This record gives sequence, C-alpha cells and structure tokens, in this order.
Amino acid sequence: MTDKRDIQFTLNGKHYAEAVETRFSLADMLREQLDMTGTHLGCEHGVCGACTVLCDGEPVRACLMLGVQANGKEIITIEGLADGDELSPIQAAFRKHHGLQCGYCTPGFLTTLTAFLRDHPDPTEREIREAISGNICRCTGYQNIVAAALDAAEAMRAA
Amino acid sequence: MGARYFGAEVQRGEDEALITGKGQYVDDIRLAGTLHGAFLRSPHAHAVIKSIDKSAAEKMPGVAAVFTYADLEEPVNQQQVQPYPNPNIRQDIRPYPLAKDEVCFVGEAVAFIVADTRHIAEDALALIDVEYDILEPVVNLRDAISEAAPIAHRGSPDNLVSQLKISYGEIDNAFEKADQLFKTDFLQHRGGCHAMEGRGVIAQYDPILESFTIWSATQCPYLVRRSLASQFELPESRIRVIANDVGGGFGPKAGFYIEEIITPWAARKLGRPIKWIEDRREHFLTTNTQRDTWWELEIAVTAKGRIEGVRGSVITDNGAYIPYGLLLPFTTMAPFPGPYKVLALDLTQDVVYTNTVSNSPVRGAGRPNAAYAMERVIETVARNLKIDPAEVRRRNFIQKDDFPYKTGLIHFNGRPMTYDSGDYHALLEKALELADYDGFAARQAEARKENRYLGIGVSSCIEDTGMGPYEGVSVRVDPRGQVYVSSGAASQGQGHKTILRQIVADELSVDIEKIHVEIGDTGKFPQGVGTVGSRVGVNIGTAAYSAATEVKTKALALAAEILEADLNNLEIEDGIIRDRGRSNITISLGEIALQLAPMAGAAIPEGHTASLEATSFDASKGPPHASGSNVCEVEVDLGTGEVKLLNYSVAHDCGRKINPLIVEGQIIGGVVHGIGNALFEEMIYDENGQPQNTNYGEYLLPIATEMPQINIVHQETPSPLNPLGLKGAGEGGTIPAANAVIAAIENALEDFGVVVDKYPIHPERLCELIDQGRMSEAAE
Repeated sequence: MTDKRDIQFTLNGKHYAEAVETRFSLADMLREQLDMTGTHLGCEHGVCGACTVLCDGEPVRACLMLGVQANGKEIITIEGLADGDELSPIQAAFRKHHGLQCGYCTPGFLTTLTAFLRDHPDPTEREIREAISGNICRCTGYQNIVAAALDAAEAMRAA
Repeated sequence: MGARYFGAEVQRGEDEALITGKGQYVDDIRLAGTLHGAFLRSPHAHAVIKSIDKSAAEKMPGVAAVFTYADLEEPVNQQQVQPYPNPNIRQDIRPYPLAKDEVCFVGEAVAFIVADTRHIAEDALALIDVEYDILEPVVNLRDAISEAAPIAHRGSPDNLVSQLKISYGEIDNAFEKADQLFKTDFLQHRGGCHAMEGRGVIAQYDPILESFTIWSATQCPYLVRRSLASQFELPESRIRVIANDVGGGFGPKAGFYIEEIITPWAARKLGRPIKWIEDRREHFLTTNTQRDTWWELEIAVTAKGRIEGVRGSVITDNGAYIPYGLLLPFTTMAPFPGPYKVLALDLTQDVVYTNTVSNSPVRGAGRPNAAYAMERVIETVARNLKIDPAEVRRRNFIQKDDFPYKTGLIHFNGRPMTYDSGDYHALLEKALELADYDGFAARQAEARKENRYLGIGVSSCIEDTGMGPYEGVSVRVDPRGQVYVSSGAASQGQGHKTILRQIVADELSVDIEKIHVEIGDTGKFPQGVGTVGSRVGVNIGTAAYSAATEVKTKALALAAEILEADLNNLEIEDGIIRDRGRSNITISLGEIALQLAPMAGAAIPEGHTASLEATSFDASKGPPHASGSNVCEVEVDLGTGEVKLLNYSVAHDCGRKINPLIVEGQIIGGVVHGIGNALFEEMIYDENGQPQNTNYGEYLLPIATEMPQINIVHQETPSPLNPLGLKGAGEGGTIPAANAVIAAIENALEDFGVVVDKYPIHPERLCELIDQGRMSEAAE
C-alpha cells in the first residue's frame, strides 16, 4: 500500500531528498508530506487550475502530476514567488487591483501568470484572458485579475 | 477631522497572507495526531438500505473505525436539527447524520470511515458492502407536484414541503379592467455553490474540559455552534467554532451539514482530532444547490404598458431535505414586485421534495428568481405592446418621491416590506447612458449588413439587504494605543476586516495600521448571526460605528477632565487627543486606556467605567434596499447558437460605499455568477436521479475568455435606516444579470420570434428556437 521511491528535487530554491509514496500527486506531496499548504486543491481533476505550480518554469497541475515525477525537477510554488519580503510584481498587482477575494484560487493564478508574463512581456488583454482560461475563480469575475496582469506587465517592463 | 478611510479605495489587509501562500484554510490546519475521514455515499437517488457489512473495511490496516447509523447513540442519532423552524413547513424532513434505513438522493452519507490518512480511508470505502432495495425516485419539480408522482420519502403522503401565498390589492378587479392580458411561463435552473474551496471540518474534543473545537469552512460559525449544541445537547459554551480563511461561500456554506455532526462526534468517540475535507465530486453531489423554479404568470396591463396586476404560481424544487427552513421560498416571493408599482399581486408557491441534493440559498437566495420573474413580466409586456423595454420600466417604476414605499407584502422579519430610498429612474438612465443604449440601433443595423445579429437587454432590480437582527462588534483600545476589533461576522473573501478597520480608524482618528481585527471565531466574540443575504457590511458597519463612537465618547470625557479642557474643544488626530485652543496640551488614546485599565490597587477615575472599550449590537433599523439596472449587449451566431457577450453595463445603488474597490469586486463577481446562471451552469440529473455532470469539464462555470468587460457606474442614495447610510452590495450583481443576458439574446433574435423559456440557454437550444422561428415564418 505504501510503495515509496526516493527522489530529489528543488523546491523554491531549496534542495530536497524525500521518500515519496508512488501514488501521491505532487499536490499531496507538497501539502501532506512537506506541509507546504499554499498550493490549493480545487477540483483534483485538472480543470480549475488552483493547484498550478511551476515545474522547470512551466505551469503544471499539481493534482495531475505525481510527486515522484518531481525527481530532478525544479518546483516553484506560491511560497516561492516573493523575494523575501518583497512581493513579485504580479503579487503586488493582485493586491493593488483587488485581484483576489477569498484567495483560494489565487496561488494558481499567480503561478500561471508568473510564467505567462515572463514569456509575454507586453500582452494584450485578450492574451491575458486566454492565459488564465484554465483557471477558475468564483469570486472576482476575472476583470481585476486581468487588470492586475496588465499592470504587472507594465511594471516589469519598466523595471 | 473628516473621514480618511470611509469611501476610499483602501487596499485590503487580508491580502498579503493570501498572495504569499500563508492563508489558513481548513485543510491547511495541522493538529498533532489527526485522523482523516471519508464518507461512503449512496449511489442511488432513492433506496431502502437492507444491510451494511463493514467488517472487511474495519480490518484494513490503517483504518481506525467505520461508523454507520447503528453506531450513533442518543441524541446524536436524531435527524439533523432544523436551524430555521417554521409553522408553514408541512413536512419537516431532515437527514439523519448517517442514513438510517433510507437514502433519498445520490450522495447521501451511509457510512464514515476514519483512518490514518485520507488515502487509506478512501481505499477502505470500497470494502463496505451495502445492499439496497431501489425505489422509484421523483426527480423533476413539475412531476413532484402531480398526483401520480413517486414520493420522495417513504411514508410521506405527498411531496409538498409547503404552500405559500402572498397577495395585496384587488387582483380580480385588476384583471377585469385590464386593456390586455398576457402570460409568461419559464423555468429557472439550479446552479451550485462552486466555491473554489469545498466544505471541510476539523474537530477536536478535549475530554478534560468536555469541549469541542471545530474548524469549519462555513459562512455561519454561530449557526453551526447552535445547531451542534442542540444536536449534542450541550451548552454552547462547550463548542467553539472557528471559520478562519474560507475559500468562498456563495450561500451553500451558510447551512448546517451532517459532516459537521459526524466529524466532531467521531473525534470525541476516538479521542483524536479528525479532519474531513470535501472533494469536488462530493461537492457536486452533496453541497446544497439552488434556483430550480417553474413559473406561470399572468399579467394585466393597460394599453400604455402600465402593469395593473400580476398573478400566478411558482413551483420551487427543495431537493431531498429541508436544511434551511423556508428562508429560500420566502426570499423568492418577498422581493415582488421589484422596483415597479404594481397595484395588485397574487402568487402561490408550492415547495416540493425531489430525490436530488437539498436546496438552500445560492448567491441572492430567491431574489434572483423573483427579479427574473418580474423582468420576464416587463419583457412580455414590451414584446406584446411593441414598446421599448426601457420605456416599459420607466412607466412602471416607483417614483423617487414615493419613498419610503410599502409594497403591500410582509418581510420575513414580520414587518411590512418597505423600500427605504432610491431613485430607479435616474439609475436606469445612468445604465442606458453607460451602455450607449441610444446608439445601439445604429450598431445593430451596421452589424446586420454583415449578417451579424446583435441584441441588447435591460434588467432592473431591487434588493432587500442588511437584514437583522444584528452582527455585533467590539472595539477596545489598549495602553499601547493599539485598537482591537472583534466581530462574529465571518468572511469568505468579502473583506470584512478591511471595512471594519476603515470605519473604526475614522471614528477614532487613528492610523489604520493600528487597528487589528478578529472575526469568525465563536471563542472570540459571544454572538453572531452569519454572512448571508448582503447583510454584513450594513450590520457590522453600523455596529462598528456605534462601538467606536462610544469608545471615543468615553475617551474624550476622561481626557477633558485630565486636560482640564472643555469637552467641546477636544479633537483626536492620529490617536492623540488635544485641546484645540492649546495644541501643546495632549493625551494619547493609549494613556486614557491605561487610566481605565490600571493594575491591582489603582482606582478607575470616578464617574468612568473600566476599560476603554465598547460592544455594540446596533443594526440597521430595517433592511435597506439597494437597486440596480444592468444593460447587456450580445452577438448571437445563427449557425452555431453561440452567444458572445460584447459589453455589460451596471448602474448600481448600494447607498454610501465603504470601500469602492470591494464594492466593485462584489458587483463584477456577482454579475459573472448571474451570467453563469443564464448561459452555462446546469446540474443535470437523469430520470433515475443520477447526476450527469459532476466535474468541471461537463459542468461549465464562467471563465475569463467568455466574460465581457463589465463597466460600473454608481449612484449613492444613502439609506436613512442606519447612521452611515449603508446598503448591501454582495448580491446586487447577480440578481438582475440573467434577464439582461436573456433579453439581449431575444432582442438579437427578434426576427425569429425567439422567446427563451428556460435558463441556462445553451447553443443547441437556441438553434432549435431559431429553426422553429424560421419554420413558422415560412409557414406564414
């Protein structure tokens, strides 16, 4: 029942060596084994995007990837977006534009947009909406999230 | 000093933790020694349980216990308590904490497994063997009312939960004298909660203090406490319910659920903390849904489009059990006749049981149903009399000088339904202007040249907000000059802490960074009601203002003595009280607090009361009525039935806005919820009562690419019912939205005579309606 594999990976810049149950999703590993609870589970079937983390820089669903698949990878979660006490541009923009209400889906939006803005420094509103079309938010109606992403892109270009 | 924070776009203090992954949602809480629970749920919509064999599951390594109804003892084995008893409930059927001998919807809990991990608990579910005798279910609300219908509960005479009637005016007279009579029939379909965080409970029992501590993802920790106290026959003081960060509520998390009984009960039984976290499939199956209503309305109208009377009936699907009294059916009728001066009204509502998940309020409760019904009435009149729908509204609106306006109905607080204030004509004109309504005909004509079909729809509503009885607030200043605020009103993302800080900071003239707020914990504040019905801003705003005013009055009274100053000459700025005439003579709020809360042996200054604090339960003197007018512009693809939302305009009046950032966030989110009702969200049951779409691939929620830009203009008509002029803002986006979208679709397809008879309206149904229109046109 508890078949485990030894794996090594980097999480938010820190090296880990862990024995992980083979049936653990990456989200299970982060939340249950490492107590990194910033990554949230919204649907556990890969649609809502709340559990999105960055794996080697690309957004992935932590509910659809197995923990053992993190072997040799570099994982970034919501806990790793800020530089110490300094919020990343997209985090700061979410606060400024009221881009979150309950905050539960927010980690997935922030990780998704972190990768998107890195690759698309000057996006249109439409492109941002496409980029977050795999993330569901029940509270905000998305408008302030889009506004935050546009603002963060501008701030990043100016930096 | 004037208000610095009230009315300003103050950024939320809540956000920093939430954007850095430091939130503490229920599943994030770690207690040493926690066991994990999972429920075995009925696969049938209606069945008798013949036998349960749990022996194999009990033997599985890692399983601590397997519980069924037979394991529950008195009094916990009684039906879940009714939080809202009402004499109008004919048959008050609530679920047992675990099914006793009958299951009445797919998903009803049959057994509870507690194990070392969630994975093991779920593995063990497969080892429980339940033998069922399947019964015929009743699934559809219109079937449920017929005499030949299957009965949702064994032993019940019929499926009727309650029949409610409302009326005022001379309805027969109105119909006899009318120039024209019209009819409109339509179905509104249910949607679910779909907060991104599901429900969840952690329960811990302390055998020394004989007390429970329960974390629940609830909107109403005090309702959970009271219900549990009743279910367990314990004093409320032995139960502490904490709703820390909660990932959205939208109504269904306001109820009381059997998981909130079983988890604490098992935690006491096993002497270990137990956590149960709902997964998304359970959310689809078991978290209350709402909006299934079937309306048949008749309208009496003058040739000029004045509505003289509305009569008819509505059937409301209650689902399998009645977890929430009749609050939902009441809110489906009480908002009539909306913003319109309809002289006579007569409505009958049949509330019926079906073998589907229970129903309780979802964002707006019955108000979006009622608003949609009245807007359908307006559209029907406009269509038949060929008058512009905006003009029909103008001709029927209550006038600005009619306030306070009594509708003729009774609010569920027992008092006459009274609209306190508003200006519906001005609000509509603002919406029309924002939407460039006058320019629409030209846009439509231009698009039609390219064979594109544009439509525009209007929708207006009122909303009774801020209902009582109260939501208390305490304000206390400590000797360091820090201000501690507590309230019962839990937040699911609405920013309660921020608005409390704004109001208290202004009233005490202290920096907002010195205000610290605790909410949603029954251990921190003695009484509370709950976050429902756009009521919290109004009530905590009023109570915070009263409590802070009392603290200020206390502080100034003592300061006047200490400074030997005239009370009327004192002012507070940044927490420092000074004499206006002698600006170097000052004392801080912290020093006053120290004088009023000294250590042993010292005296409280004579004539003053201990501790610089106050608690207020002051509430709005009745429900303030918010109002809104929305305009939606759409394009419909005749070939595919696809509806593209081009533009959405909102004119909204929620009185004085405490924080425009938060108000607009509520409105936009609310509108999108209403758009989801109109176009996307459909919980489908087959004829056996089996839910057909329990995942987000098949149950569609609004996503970013489908949503239009939503533009908002505000009108501020302060409510005279509370000192800050507040009205609620949480649901005013949702309430009118569905009709704005559907009226726009009908307008786009006017050439084909399309009248939408059900929402959500899907592309395939629109194609059918377009084809029908084409055929009847060809036949003529």
